[in-house]
Amino acid sequence: MQLALFIIFAALAVAGALNFLLQRHPINSALSLVVVMLSLAVLYWSLGAEFLAAAQVIVYSGAVMVLFVFVVMLLNAGEEERTTGSRAAYFAGIPGAAAVFCLLSFVFLSESKTLGSSNLGGYLNDGTVNIVEISKILFTRLLLPFEVTSILILVAILGAVVLARKEPDPKVVTSSTDAAGVIVIKEKV
Amino acid sequence: MSPNLLALLPEIILTVGGVLIMVAEPCLTPGGSRKPLGWLAILATLAAGAASIFQLGFTKSAAIFAFYGTIQVDPFSIFFHLLIAAIVLCSLLGSLDYFEGATNHAGEYFALVLFGAVGMMFMTSATELLMVFVGLEISSISTYIMAGFRKGQATSAESAIKYFLLGSFATAFFLYGIALAFGATGSTSIHAIAAGLAGTSTPTLAIAALTLIIIGLGFKVSAAPFHVWTPDVYQGAPAPVVGLMSTAPKAAAFAVLLRITYSAFGSMEARWTILLWILAALSMTVGNLGALLQTNVKRMLAYSSIANAGYLLVAFTASADRGIAAAAFYTATYAAMNVGAFAVITQVGGFNESTRTLADYTGLALRRPVLGALLSFFLLSMIGIPFTGGFFGKFYVFTATIHSGNVWLAVVGLLNSGVACFYYLRLIAALYTRRETAETSPVTSISFPAGLGLAATALATLMLGVLPGQILHLAGRASWSITSPSAARIGAAAETASR
Repeated sequence: MQLALFIIFAALAVAGALNFLLQRHPINSALSLVVVMLSLAVLYWSLGAEFLAAAQVIVYSGAVMVLFVFVVMLLNAGEEERTTGSRAAYFAGIPGAAAVFCLLSFVFLSESKTLGSSNLGGYLNDGTVNIVEISKILFTRLLLPFEVTSILILVAILGAVVLARKEPDPKVVTSSTDAAGVIVIKEKV
Repeated sequence: MSPNLLALLPEIILTVGGVLIMVAEPCLTPGGSRKPLGWLAILATLAAGAASIFQLGFTKSAAIFAFYGTIQVDPFSIFFHLLIAAIVLCSLLGSLDYFEGATNHAGEYFALVLFGAVGMMFMTSATELLMVFVGLEISSISTYIMAGFRKGQATSAESAIKYFLLGSFATAFFLYGIALAFGATGSTSIHAIAAGLAGTSTPTLAIAALTLIIIGLGFKVSAAPFHVWTPDVYQGAPAPVVGLMSTAPKAAAFAVLLRITYSAFGSMEARWTILLWILAALSMTVGNLGALLQTNVKRMLAYSSIANAGYLLVAFTASADRGIAAAAFYTATYAAMNVGAFAVITQVGGFNESTRTLADYTGLALRRPVLGALLSFFLLSMIGIPFTGGFFGKFYVFTATIHSGNVWLAVVGLLNSGVACFYYLRLIAALYTRRETAETSPVTSISFPAGLGLAATALATLMLGVLPGQILHLAGRASWSITSPSAARIGAAAETASR
């Protein structure tokens, strides 16, 4: 079972990576990257690293990919192209995926005796739970890097403010405080 | 005081200073002067330097270990802490008036400088590679942003983007190296890696790890063949920022490289010496030959900084006892003269950098004698004329490598110094040549803080050349804290005790 899972998801990851390189449209590339990330998550899971699998899904498939897609959309990637491949995928995509899913389920269920069963996640590691071990290390030996990361995030926020905020011409705008103590910003003509 | 608090004192002071600046910035009138924040940053840097000197008293017998052996404060880290604090101080003095009225983000700039210094200080005192990585990222990200501070200019945006992309690429190499080191030894702690490698005979994975780490840090210190970003980035970034980022993050990266090579991978010295030999020879040659072709002064100094990274790498081919001290001393001399040279460029060019090329600098010393003389002095120091810091820096590096039998590398280095004479002297000659066309740019007087910064760097360059004893003594102690056999033993013991 372990081997069967590995072969299926490794093939899926490789196929996704190839598709990522071959696609012309950035959105298609980004979506095939999601396939790669999710297949990797399953591989991690089957290796007994459930924390890594969860982080992979949340961080890469969630945060990073959303950011990618946002940037691609904001940069205005242009009209979506309709190629023969995409037209074929449009009609055959959902039925094809459903057919593959049904076939795999059928094979797995009918051959379940020969395939055997597979444990997923941290139960592979003789009873030690990964998340407990990781949190122990993270809050003892690696406490300082963990805490100092907050400075890193602070710097990143500061940088985003500096680079994104518009720079008003300092010669045009003057400011003064009026009688009531309210800051008034005047524009010179 | 608890060892955890004591070990992090300079970093805590700088972080608090940076946060205070961030909080105070919106309270000032918009568009008003941000100089008070600059003075606050200077105060915080001074306090951090004082805290480092305070720490020195506690490290006489043994290093301070904190946070489960993640941080090790010893004379080595204190040497680099003081160096970084001094560089940041001089850069802040030089940039107090630079941003005045030119940008609305001067407050953020001062905060970024302090946070960047925190990252660099963490790099020098960390003995846990993950901590080094976090420090490296803090210092890198703040310098990427500072490089893009002249937002109106296209070159500045180009500089920031190039620096960011290639810098993140380099960080990925470094991180991959850490991962492989973990794979080879089962730990990311420098002492544990050293202990894990001591028994193995052909550590293939460890060789790959070290190679990747050297590539990552090679990018950061702009050693050839990883130097391609340097000229473009230095050309576009604001001059005071270049003075800072060509010295302080490099000093921190060299400190990390010294710790990793001599301490963690000390048992593989014969292998990495060859690698660094090649990097050193390439950097010196590429840097000096590249500088010959430049007419833009900032680009020329960028190539000169590549060459200087090469001279520094020469020290790595020497034996540990001489090499570490020579490298530490050279970072100090290079910092003094380079921060000084860029402080002069800041004064000459101003925010819009009207003065760029060799032709623009022609006759500068006749119009502004003090600035011209100072720039000439710093350039002479970079050549390595006696009675300047540059002379002793090169002297110790080359004698150290000759003592280890690397005569050919010393020959390459000396030949390169000869080539370097040409382009430095060309600029000095231009400074003292009368210009035919009439003078157009108005002469502005040097403000008090900028003058203070210039005087400090000039004095440091002179002192390092005339009376290097005190700094050499400190560099020697720094080297001893890495090479002494007890250091590693105590480090490993502290590591196991804390588990």
